[in-house]
Amino acid sequence: MSIVFWMISALTLAGGLAAVLLKNLVHCALAVTVAFAGLALLFLQLDAQFAGFAQILVYIGAVAILVVFAILLTRNSETPKEGGVFSRTWLAGLAVAAAVFAVLGWAVLAGAKGLPGGAAAAPAVTVNEIGRALMGRYVLPLEIVALLLTAALIGAVIVAMHETLNVNGNGRAK
Amino acid sequence: MSPLAGYLMVAALLFAIGLAGALTRRNAILVLIGIELMLNAANLNLIAFWRYGPHPEALTGMMFAIFSIAVAAAEAAVGLGLVIQIHRHLKTTDLDEMNRMKG
Repeated sequence: MSIVFWMISALTLAGGLAAVLLKNLVHCALAVTVAFAGLALLFLQLDAQFAGFAQILVYIGAVAILVVFAILLTRNSETPKEGGVFSRTWLAGLAVAAAVFAVLGWAVLAGAKGLPGGAAAAPAVTVNEIGRALMGRYVLPLEIVALLLTAALIGAVIVAMHETLNVNGNGRAK
Repeated sequence: MSPLAGYLMVAALLFAIGLAGALTRRNAILVLIGIELMLNAANLNLIAFWRYGPHPEALTGMMFAIFSIAVAAAEAAVGLGLVIQIHRHLKTTDLDEMNRMKG
């Protein structure tokens, strides 16, 4: 395991922890952006250049901006007035998360001997090959994803649109 | 620890952090951020198995991760649209106060 891997992992996990623990929502959004960037670096470390750059474009370029927009549009909820940032049932949530991590960690450590280990040669995959695979073998999933993205786009606009009509169909300005 | 086990442990930790955030935070946007972290941890697993598993030239894990990124982007857009609409309706994004399904 290289020192670079541990440094990027520490950065990613610190970003994730800060996103979950910080009080101010804008700080949380910035911390989660750091975590996304760390994950993109991990993808690049794994010789998955295409996925790494897709991660940067989609998560840092789109999802993080979307989160910031949502935080600013729900302005008065930035920092709660009373009761802290955690829910009343935070202890149960923490216990569930710890239990899930215990199971996952145990599975990884117990199965570590059976995992394909060692330094496998870096697979030489070009964007050309990925494009050919997307247009050939994976063309049906690609079309379904295109349909899903269209539906999500229209659905998000309709959901977030102002309610100008009530149930009876009478116009009602908000 | 082999490199693959290291990546899997990092992904498990990130998944647990995201799950803890989704289960304990009161703000709906932070819950969505926790879900995004969990999805990213799963993507890291897929890419790590693609890199160290047999036949990386078949691109299976890579394709899974790319499609998963696209689906996660759609989920984030719809989820944040829902949060904005709920905020417009109830004037809050506090999940502890959203305790009825009637609008």
